[in-house]
Amino acid sequence: MSVFNQPRKRVIQMIILGMVILIITRLFFLQIVEKKYAKLADANAVLRKVVYPSRGIIYDRQNRSILGNDVLYDLVVTPASAKNIDTAYLCNILNIDKEEFRKRILTAIVKNGRVRQSVFAPLLAPEIFGKLQESMYLFQPGFELVPRQIRSYPYSAAANILGYIAEISPAMLKDTGVYSSYSSGDYLGFTGLEKTYEPVLMGQRGIQYLVKDNLNRPQGAYENGEFDSAAVAGKNLRLSLDIELQVLGEKLLKGKSGSIVAIDPQTGGILAMVSGPSFDPNLLTGSNRSANFSKLYTDTTKPLFNRAIQATYPPGSTFKPMIALVGLDEGVITPSFGYPCSGAYYGCTRPIKCEHHDPGHAANLRLALSHSCNSYFSHVYRLSVDAAKFGGIKVGGMQKWADYMNNFGFGHKIGVDIPSEGRGLVPDTKYYDARYKGSWNSCTSVFLGIGQGELLLTPLQMANAMCIVANRGSYYIPHFVSSIDNDNTHLLDKYKVKHDVAHISDTAYSAVIHGMTDVVESGTGRIAQIEGITIGGKTGTAENYGFVNGVRTKLKNHAIFIAFAPAEHARIALAVIVENSGFGAKYAAPIASLMIEKYLKDTISTKRQPLLKSVMETVTLDASMLAKSHLDSLNNNAVIKKKKP
Amino acid sequence: MNRSQAKLTQGIDWPIVGLYLALVIIGIMSIFAAEYRGDDNVWMDIIHPGKNYSRQLIWFSASLVLASVIWLTDSKLFTATANLLYVGGLLLLLLVLGIGKDVKGSHSWLMVGSFQFQPAELTKLCTNLALAKYISSQETDFTKLRSRLIAAAIALVPAGIIILQSETGLALVYFSFFLVMYREGLPGVLLVIAFSGIVLVLSALLVDRTILFIIFTVITALVIYFSRREIKRKRSRLAIILGVYAFCGLFVMFIVPFAFTKVLKDYQVRRIEVMLGKENDPKATYNTRQSMIAIGSGGFWGKGYLKGTQTRYDFVPEQSTDFIFCTIGEDFGFFGSVIFLGIYVALLFRIIFVAERQRSTFTRVYAYGVAGVIFFHLSINVAMTIGLAPVIGIPLPLVSYGGSSLMTFTMLIFILLRLDADRQMVLR
Repeated sequence: MSVFNQPRKRVIQMIILGMVILIITRLFFLQIVEKKYAKLADANAVLRKVVYPSRGIIYDRQNRSILGNDVLYDLVVTPASAKNIDTAYLCNILNIDKEEFRKRILTAIVKNGRVRQSVFAPLLAPEIFGKLQESMYLFQPGFELVPRQIRSYPYSAAANILGYIAEISPAMLKDTGVYSSYSSGDYLGFTGLEKTYEPVLMGQRGIQYLVKDNLNRPQGAYENGEFDSAAVAGKNLRLSLDIELQVLGEKLLKGKSGSIVAIDPQTGGILAMVSGPSFDPNLLTGSNRSANFSKLYTDTTKPLFNRAIQATYPPGSTFKPMIALVGLDEGVITPSFGYPCSGAYYGCTRPIKCEHHDPGHAANLRLALSHSCNSYFSHVYRLSVDAAKFGGIKVGGMQKWADYMNNFGFGHKIGVDIPSEGRGLVPDTKYYDARYKGSWNSCTSVFLGIGQGELLLTPLQMANAMCIVANRGSYYIPHFVSSIDNDNTHLLDKYKVKHDVAHISDTAYSAVIHGMTDVVESGTGRIAQIEGITIGGKTGTAENYGFVNGVRTKLKNHAIFIAFAPAEHARIALAVIVENSGFGAKYAAPIASLMIEKYLKDTISTKRQPLLKSVMETVTLDASMLAKSHLDSLNNNAVIKKKKP
Repeated sequence: MNRSQAKLTQGIDWPIVGLYLALVIIGIMSIFAAEYRGDDNVWMDIIHPGKNYSRQLIWFSASLVLASVIWLTDSKLFTATANLLYVGGLLLLLLVLGIGKDVKGSHSWLMVGSFQFQPAELTKLCTNLALAKYISSQETDFTKLRSRLIAAAIALVPAGIIILQSETGLALVYFSFFLVMYREGLPGVLLVIAFSGIVLVLSALLVDRTILFIIFTVITALVIYFSRREIKRKRSRLAIILGVYAFCGLFVMFIVPFAFTKVLKDYQVRRIEVMLGKENDPKATYNTRQSMIAIGSGGFWGKGYLKGTQTRYDFVPEQSTDFIFCTIGEDFGFFGSVIFLGIYVALLFRIIFVAERQRSTFTRVYAYGVAGVIFFHLSINVAMTIGLAPVIGIPLPLVSYGGSSLMTFTMLIFILLRLDADRQMVLR
């Protein structure tokens, strides 16, 4: 047997030898014949230079660049070659002492070793860079200036949407999964669109090999660039955002805390998203980034908190259209259903007050909506959840109602393309069972009927609900990015899907939409009227509570206005909240109206300029809070700094 | 077998033990070199628990313990449990699919406490045992097609599961078992077919399809022309030739493009294209290029131990695992690399020698399996570092950093030593 198979053993041995000889031949060429590899490894002959790619640019819907790149310089050091230089002079230029100099060199050695470059002073301020550039020859070859791209925001707006980039942290570098392609010193998006679209914006770094002469000066490409890899620029994003509308929104919310979210209901593209008070995004670029960041972080007005997606509010009366839709769809009311309100709702133990006394102000749904009758909607809410066909509130009524709300996009993240979106709160059967230990009924939650009680929504959710009403039952997930240049990812796929929700009849939507146009035509929201445009809207004045010195106290009401226009074929749907200001009609409706006018007519008419001026000058922020805030001076500084060079 | 009275190490094949130790020690030294920084205090660092080489030392100690345990067991244990181990191994692979952890894009790791463990390494051993068991069993007639298909299935089922874990490199290793089957009687023509297959794939990727089509047609025409007499005698010849022609055409025109767009992952396609010099993707070329610079800069004599600049300053990625050969190439040059490869060749030839002196088929099949796996790892790994093969993440046996890999190869070799020591017995 063994003898029979002898040739096969030989064949296997030959295969092994053949492979090893092939490898050795290759090694022979690589290590002995070819000299260029050896030279590449010789740091004295060939300079290895990392080329950073330019990060993708972000454009608004009119193709205006709203986030671009600027160049600043890093001073980098190669500790092994940083000898025999005028340390004192260098320290003088950089405004550091000798101790600090020594510390930075040591840090560089610990971080990257003696022969590799480390950043010595990052993102030099222009005046330091100027001085340094003149005398750079004194510090070479140990020190070098390396260009570094930073972000710049020509419109000084949309800070919370665009987000910022910062250097990768050591903890992130250790995470080999997500950040495996990054190296120390790389910048990446930390918030906003910069974070969500990091994979497409980042690009890919390249390497250049340059031949050096005996004085260490680069003399051109090594082997005609055969070994170079080109840097690949990041891809550009094109947004649905209208930067002028965004700038106007930020001006309108000046001196106020609140938010504006405007969405195009036809596409789900976000037109503007303002969180007031806002800050100049240029504060978070360049050399002052960390100092400015901590100032913004500790500011009493919380400018880094993106209220438009993170803050949650009781929607107040702006919730009534949704209550009406549920009532109509469940069949507990019809558009002609009326309620005899005489100034309050007495259906539960505690009466719920209504602004109107005159009989007939809630004679049908349209009237009840335009007059915002509390009794009417408290009653409709109770009819909906107590409906016999669901077996009463505890069996199925409450849960059915909560399901409607979830369909409208409340109580969960909608999926906007910037991080840290809030969920809000929609109470359901489980919630009340836990809270009231089983002993509750429709009177316990009757305040939901007027958008108060446990219910909490984000401004984004409110604006998205307007899209659903305007589109009569469908929406696209609200998003900023409408396209990516040369896109080969699937990042945008989920924003192209139309979502049909709740499947409520067209007649129900018609009834509600008529009620909402009446609100602006003849009801509580008349101030929002614009010549030639039919607006559907709803005012809201939401009661809210906060803790003052540890005691739960009733605070000034939130002013809320939700709207869509033109009512026949809506191109803009929005939600406006002005925190702790007062009546929705007074504080929020004018803002919404001005935003609609700007977007649909492109300018604010002269007739309305006084309104614009008065809104911009209105300050609703607490005086004691404003006194402690540094936001205005910070923003002003940023503008001045930008104009100088 | 009365071992208690005999010397404890009786029957052990010392050359293999020596070569094994030489490779593991070279490995630890290379891992040390790959991590060593000029400013470090060498002696402080040898006991540094956070570094790979000290961890590898721990793995080595564990391997020695494991080797001793294997040496002290009875050979019959391996034949008796071969099938059980195989099924267990498959279950483990399936378990990883369910609860595995993602490490660098491959879903093939299990977390045991704070240790990471890659079952795909271990199943090489199980598969080798099961294959040996099957081929050596008395019912198996390896000249029959059915037995050959079953044997192929034993080797390829684990590979299939491992591909699902995105560890294509380790899955490819299972093809090395065909070398064993060849030794046991698989027709040599299969080797020729496999080789032609590789040539076909490469030509499909490198040469324009129309040109390739013309070349095939011309070759077929020539073959028909020169064998026209035989065709006259036997009509079926023509059918066979045309069949091969049609198959090659289909293969090149449809199957290869399909595999490249649908089966392989994007990064794998890119790596292969980079290896063929077709695409100049910066990220994909970077690893190979840096590793070639490191090895090429070694020259004839090398830069000397711990004196390499490329490997020490992190220019080469993954340098203590998949690219460990760079350290050897840079520090010891062409001279050292040839000696290093020589050690492997000596080990492989010794294993083949040991295989051929067995009475029992089980041990012979097993031994060829060990040789095949080591050979496959060695050639793909080294070829990858010098740009001859695409970047496939498989370790250099006994040398690369990694506990799962070192333990598996230790077990493979010491089970062989145990079986060889009992070569007078007939094991099935």
